[in-house]
Amino acid sequence: MTTWHIAGAQPLGGEPVDIVISDGIISAILPTGSTPATNSTLIEARGLIALPGLVDLHTHLREPGREDAETVESGCRAAALGGFTAVHAMANTDPVADSAGVVEQVWRLGQTAGLCDVHPVGAVTVGLQGERLAEIGAMADSAARVRIFSDDGHCVNDALLMRRALEYTKAFDGVVAQHAQEKRLTEGAQMHEGVVSSRLGLTGWPAVAEEAIIARDVLLAEHVDGRLHVCHVSTAGSVEIIRHAKARGVKVTAEVTPHHLMLTDDLVETYDPVYKVNPPLRTARDVVALRAALADGTIDAVATDHAPHPSESKDCEWAAASMGMLGLETALSVVIETMVNTGLMGWADVADRMSIRPARIGGLQGQGRPLAVGEPANLVLVDAGATWVVDPAAMASRSRNTPYRALTLPGRVVATIFRGRPTVLEGRLA
Amino acid sequence: MTRHLLSCEDLTAEDAILILDTAKRLGELSTGPMRKLPTLRGRTVVNLFFEDSTRTRISFEAAAKRLSADVINFAAKGSSVEKGESLKDTAMTLEAMGADAVVIRHPASGAPYRLANAGWIGGSVINAGDGTHAHPTQALLDAYTMRDHLRGGTGDLQGLRVCIVGDILHSRVARSNVSLLTTLGADVTLVAPPTLLPIGVEEWPAKISYSLDDHLPETDALMMLRVQNERMNSAYFPSAREYSRRYGLTASRMSRMPEHSIVLHPGPINRGMEIASEVADSPRAVIIEQVRNGVITRMAVLYLLLGGSESGLGDLVDEEATA
Repeated sequence: MTTWHIAGAQPLGGEPVDIVISDGIISAILPTGSTPATNSTLIEARGLIALPGLVDLHTHLREPGREDAETVESGCRAAALGGFTAVHAMANTDPVADSAGVVEQVWRLGQTAGLCDVHPVGAVTVGLQGERLAEIGAMADSAARVRIFSDDGHCVNDALLMRRALEYTKAFDGVVAQHAQEKRLTEGAQMHEGVVSSRLGLTGWPAVAEEAIIARDVLLAEHVDGRLHVCHVSTAGSVEIIRHAKARGVKVTAEVTPHHLMLTDDLVETYDPVYKVNPPLRTARDVVALRAALADGTIDAVATDHAPHPSESKDCEWAAASMGMLGLETALSVVIETMVNTGLMGWADVADRMSIRPARIGGLQGQGRPLAVGEPANLVLVDAGATWVVDPAAMASRSRNTPYRALTLPGRVVATIFRGRPTVLEGRLA
Repeated sequence: MTRHLLSCEDLTAEDAILILDTAKRLGELSTGPMRKLPTLRGRTVVNLFFEDSTRTRISFEAAAKRLSADVINFAAKGSSVEKGESLKDTAMTLEAMGADAVVIRHPASGAPYRLANAGWIGGSVINAGDGTHAHPTQALLDAYTMRDHLRGGTGDLQGLRVCIVGDILHSRVARSNVSLLTTLGADVTLVAPPTLLPIGVEEWPAKISYSLDDHLPETDALMMLRVQNERMNSAYFPSAREYSRRYGLTASRMSRMPEHSIVLHPGPINRGMEIASEVADSPRAVIIEQVRNGVITRMAVLYLLLGGSESGLGDLVDEEATA
């Protein structure tokens, strides 16, 4: 197997070193300027930050069923370009990933693509219908070894079902990832309920509809001592509930999307459905609270909620449009823009929130590990000083629905190394 | 004037007064011997209606025809839209047929904005009501009617006290009126049960009240909005009777309003619900005048958006006189 000699990279932004990779592991960390072994290939990395390969807890790969929007392979290409070495494929495919057969299919498609680890998320309820539990144990025992269960896109509204799921998953250290959305409070909801929605005449999605479910779920998790993960936290009030629950020792973790760290509901004034997403873009006050919570660790992870949609689902009137945004190829840049360049987080924090903690939440082996000798060689090299202009047409995703179109963002992924093999070199798929 | 009329936020006070003055002039002209003006001869106006609204559609149709435009009515019912054609494809089809202006009514808030800005078509877009967002020509005809009765038909509406009563939450008429009336200097109060006021309404340039009775003596123009009976199914209010008792305009409530005051309603009215029959039929109700003013106001909007100017009307009259 090839040996790679990464010259002059700065692990977590620290002092430059040379990192030697062979047989899929980090075999040596040498003083920078060391002479590469004759059988090794040099990767020049002077001035680049080295981070452990990024881990996404929340990715919609659309396959099976909506291969016009994304496939496991195209989504994995986008992931690699974004610096990811593992993604969690959400269950809302067609057919739904609610059985061992479907999760194993997605798992195998990921293996075949070979660009990053693809961990299927299993549905909590059959068909995401919220009526009876899916065969969670069968999915956990399958080749895909599913540990995260979610009806994402739908909330498990039934308190009894949610309780049972939180209890049942304890048997194999699973976690229930809840899309917190109170159903009745969000009927026909189109955007965040507030000043902007009142003016635009779009039906509101109130913050309380998220917060009420999170409050209930942390109490349920506490009662049964189960593990709850809160998907895409979007409001200041949700942050307070999670902070309070963590202080009491509840086994709750939470994620925030890059777009909720950066974008606000006033963008909806254009009625451009590229800004339509669930949960919706909130206010500037919420963005400030989410950033602070990510910085202090109340929110554990950044997760993309990468949600590809074909152009016809966005090139229409707001109400007819699908909800969701691309995220894999821009996530790290948005985190640099909103968290690093603002001084809220350092590179070790970025590694923690985008790799180490998400890997721990997902129960992954060999991901989110320190950059140290003997560890699996999953890492990403980032040019933090570079900037780039987001061009939807240039993205590896099959879809084009990025809300950052034409924006200049900081930070370029120069190389991604997945299990000792570069998937991205010089900013392009290797 | 802008190229499109999408919401009343697009209009400055000068723009709005120009439209009202133009409407007045057109109204005078159309009562003369030449009821039909040749101004928009050879131009095509498409009425693109995705929602049933006979009233608004025929008002725009009459307005366009009195300016000699060719009118194409495109109703979503029975059209390709029912077969799943997208707004984009429908719009591009109409564009290919040579529409100079598209008058659009759509159940989705913001649909006219998308039509004007998504790069699908090149003509002018006039919003004839979108979802719960805006209905700018309704606000213009309401302002025209108020100005005509309470300001001698000229200038702005400085200091005019207007009360808008009813389902503010779901009303595009209320949103457009708040915007236009405040642009023209009026003081607007919104009266509704708290359930029918949107979260965020406190940021609107209007006063908020839960009690109709408190405001009757200080109201120059009272606008009653239609309240759909079905709203009680979503728990906005307990029953139609209770709504009517608390917020309906009865004869006794009307008697507490100033002598000069007028009562408006965008129609169609719900007799016995938000407005009592004896109020609707009283001389203070200007509901039928609103309909008449709707045609001339829409004539003014079409005329100005498609390239005319108010001074142009003067030339037109001279031409007509010498022809």
